[in-house]
Amino acid sequence: MRNQPDWLASELERRGVTRREFVRFCAAMASALALPDSAAAQIARAVRTAEKPVLVWLEFQDCAGNTESFLRASRPTAAEVILDTLSVDYHETIMAAAGHQAEANLARTVKERPGAYIAVVEGSIPTGSGGAYCTIGGRSALDIAREVCGQAMATIAIGTCASFGGIPAAGPNPTGALGVSAAVPGVKNLINLSACPANVENLTALLVHYLTFKQWPALDRYRRPLFAYGKSIHDGCERRAHYDAGQYVEEWGDAGHRAGYCLYKMGCKGPVAFQNCPHIKWNGGTNWPIGCGHPCIGCAEPNFWDTMTPFYRHLPGVPGFGAASNIDTIGLGAVAAVGAAFAAHGLIQIGKRVGDKYEPMPPAGGEGGHK
Amino acid sequence: MSRVIVDPVTRIEGHLRIEAEVDGGVVKDAWSSSTMFRGIELILKGRDPRDAWAFTQRICGVCTTVHAIASIRAVENAIGSVPPPNVRLLRNLIIGAQCVQDHVVHFYHLHALDWVDIVSALSADPAKTASLAQSISDWPLSSPTYFAGVRDRVKAFVERGQLGPFANAYWGHPAYRLPPEANLMAVAHYLEALDWQREFIKLHAVLGGKNPHLQSFLVGGMSTPIDPDSQSALNAGTIAELKQLVGRARDFVVRVYLPDLLAIAGFYKDWAGHGRGVGNYLVYGEYPEDDSATPALFIPSGIIRGRDIARTETFDPGKVSEYIAHSWYDYEKGDAAALHPFDGETAPNYTGPAPPYERLDTDKKYSWLKSPRYADEPMEVGPLARMLVAYVSGQPRVKELVGGVLKALNVGPEALFSTLGRVAARGIETQLLAEKMAQWVDALAANMDAGDYRIHDTSKWEPASWPAEAMGAGFHEAPRGALAHWVKIGDGLIQNYQCVVPSTWNAGPRDARGRRGPYEEALLGTPVADAGRPLEILRTVHSFDPCMACGVHVVDATRRTLASVRVA
Repeated sequence: MRNQPDWLASELERRGVTRREFVRFCAAMASALALPDSAAAQIARAVRTAEKPVLVWLEFQDCAGNTESFLRASRPTAAEVILDTLSVDYHETIMAAAGHQAEANLARTVKERPGAYIAVVEGSIPTGSGGAYCTIGGRSALDIAREVCGQAMATIAIGTCASFGGIPAAGPNPTGALGVSAAVPGVKNLINLSACPANVENLTALLVHYLTFKQWPALDRYRRPLFAYGKSIHDGCERRAHYDAGQYVEEWGDAGHRAGYCLYKMGCKGPVAFQNCPHIKWNGGTNWPIGCGHPCIGCAEPNFWDTMTPFYRHLPGVPGFGAASNIDTIGLGAVAAVGAAFAAHGLIQIGKRVGDKYEPMPPAGGEGGHK
Repeated sequence: MSRVIVDPVTRIEGHLRIEAEVDGGVVKDAWSSSTMFRGIELILKGRDPRDAWAFTQRICGVCTTVHAIASIRAVENAIGSVPPPNVRLLRNLIIGAQCVQDHVVHFYHLHALDWVDIVSALSADPAKTASLAQSISDWPLSSPTYFAGVRDRVKAFVERGQLGPFANAYWGHPAYRLPPEANLMAVAHYLEALDWQREFIKLHAVLGGKNPHLQSFLVGGMSTPIDPDSQSALNAGTIAELKQLVGRARDFVVRVYLPDLLAIAGFYKDWAGHGRGVGNYLVYGEYPEDDSATPALFIPSGIIRGRDIARTETFDPGKVSEYIAHSWYDYEKGDAAALHPFDGETAPNYTGPAPPYERLDTDKKYSWLKSPRYADEPMEVGPLARMLVAYVSGQPRVKELVGGVLKALNVGPEALFSTLGRVAARGIETQLLAEKMAQWVDALAANMDAGDYRIHDTSKWEPASWPAEAMGAGFHEAPRGALAHWVKIGDGLIQNYQCVVPSTWNAGPRDARGRRGPYEEALLGTPVADAGRPLEILRTVHSFDPCMACGVHVVDATRRTLASVRVA
């Protein structure tokens, strides 16, 4: 039964997913991945023939928000099936086993499948107090991450905490919290899916990308997939026309707020935040923060808890952003923060797109290679 | 006597370790340890109090609304901001949806596998399963064909050989007592609930932009504009959507969750005799029904002591204190002191064994949680506390629902003080709220119809409108129990911030007088048939619905007394 090539197709059929729905799902995935329509057929082929890859999900200094996001996977029925194609061998929040039986599951995966499983890390890794700020089964988070990520085929740091340290690392960083790339340098094929939490559609798209192309996608300089973090919120915002027209919300609940005007003056960080929220939205495309009248807080950016706050102070004028330069600026600190955010993102692309394929991405920390 | 250690306790939020002494197949003593610390309150110092909700929200992504609500209430209380009526309704809907969704997920995805044996479900007869399902509910997904499909799907999953999250569990344990058909029905509903929770929580996306970590909270109001003539605001279409979501939620809760709960509980009635706990219950109260300074609360506030359900006491916030005798913190006055949160101190100081370690020294300090006490007594918080206080206070619908469940199980009210009582109370509360939410949607529609589109108290938005120094508290009933935030503001910035959290009340370690916390006390007397597979320990611990990321907090020194307490 194991590795039966057409398992997914028969599973889809049993669950009442029509061929048409499946094709539509693949097209949606192709769209999320910013691929041409012709890629949908390739995705369909790849997904149908995939065996279940093994995944272990580690939780450290986390709030389980990314786990909850994972449980909200909400593309039509097919998305759930796509997730069924994974074998989630370790995940504290959902697994039935507990205690040493749970730890045995993790140990077995690492021992029996070195270099052949995907590690997902949620939460930051504390380095203070000898690792005592986060232990599981008596072992420190750092110890576990070194072993499990060190032998993974790839590691997905999900959420801003695992990517960059996130909220535990916000000043004054009481526990010496770090993201995976800083805490465990040299992890092979590390991909950061930052955001607070990460959007499950991007996790799904990332895994589908791997299943389809047998390699990982092109990344930006923060090791985030370009398909999800390649454009600013501002560029794709449904309120962009109001920004260009100089129509702003001035006060919560005013006529402009009710009419869906631009939230720039209320503190929106959309111009310096890079993520595909405007495109895919949240909870199955139901809504997104700007859609409910609240500014973007830039939650996918490194150190956003320090660089994007105060959240309700508007960005200073930014060269090249038209009307923005006419808005009065507040605070040199904010100017510096915005400048840093721009320089840091830099739109530098690691790995170049070639046709429908990507060149291999370089390893993190100069070790390992692409598989 | 053997020491049983469960670390990690899985199917919870966060990192929890239980150590228990087991003798003669019974737990003789127990220790609850939280093994993760972040220090978010320290991070809040010096920041804009209007940002605090977003920071504290990240304490927990499971109960993703609760710390945002407590935070905005605390800041509003401090600066004297008074949100307009629509805000109360929007927040009640968001809070209610959080509680309903969280409780259903807890029952099916976090707790059910302590009672339901998936492997046994494989040998179920689909026709008999259909009869069972149809005998307890008119839920339409109940045909033999349906259950055969579920069974075959699980069978195919097992036969593929990759058991994933279901590997190496306690399947076949003698404490599992459901017949195969009940197991299969529960597995079917485990899968249905997975779909249901994802759909229902779209209510949070409608009112909060996304879930987890909704983003429509504002000090003084909500960011979601209301305007029936705008496509960028809550309008009649939104009202229709909310009604549909709330109606479907109620449907699932009344026709699937509650019948399942009663059916499963019927096989485990002996668990009404285990997991009694400390017997004191604390409730702040929730769901303001009007906009006065002291609104009527749909779920009332109160204290029950010593399992005395003849009366409730009034909650006094001055009687809250915290010990650190067995927590990895220092107090200036030493480990014997119990400090009120306003006089609290922050000095994390890890003195446990260096990781990796096999055992904690439970005679000394052994947890990142403190030990909160009310009037110097340990208190249980959560759905059981709320339903008991509401029942004793005479809340009419709660009286009906509790009475109905007790009758269905043929037990008296004393059965509520137990592991099974916590499970039942959570279900009762879910039905209570699922029924209530439609009224808040109707009230919102009525306000909209009357032309009241207000969503914010803009008069107190700018820090210039605040006093130079201000203090406030925000009280909330989170799914897991009583939650409060305290904030001190000076010159427009946070000077001090602290949270006293449900899982701290329930999961905290012993205090300076050696009195156990509620988890520890509840584990006493729990039977353990197989020390190598302590399924029964999980049952009682899970009955509290642990949420450890919430529980660990840091308090900071402030020296003022609270002027007023307001839930809004």
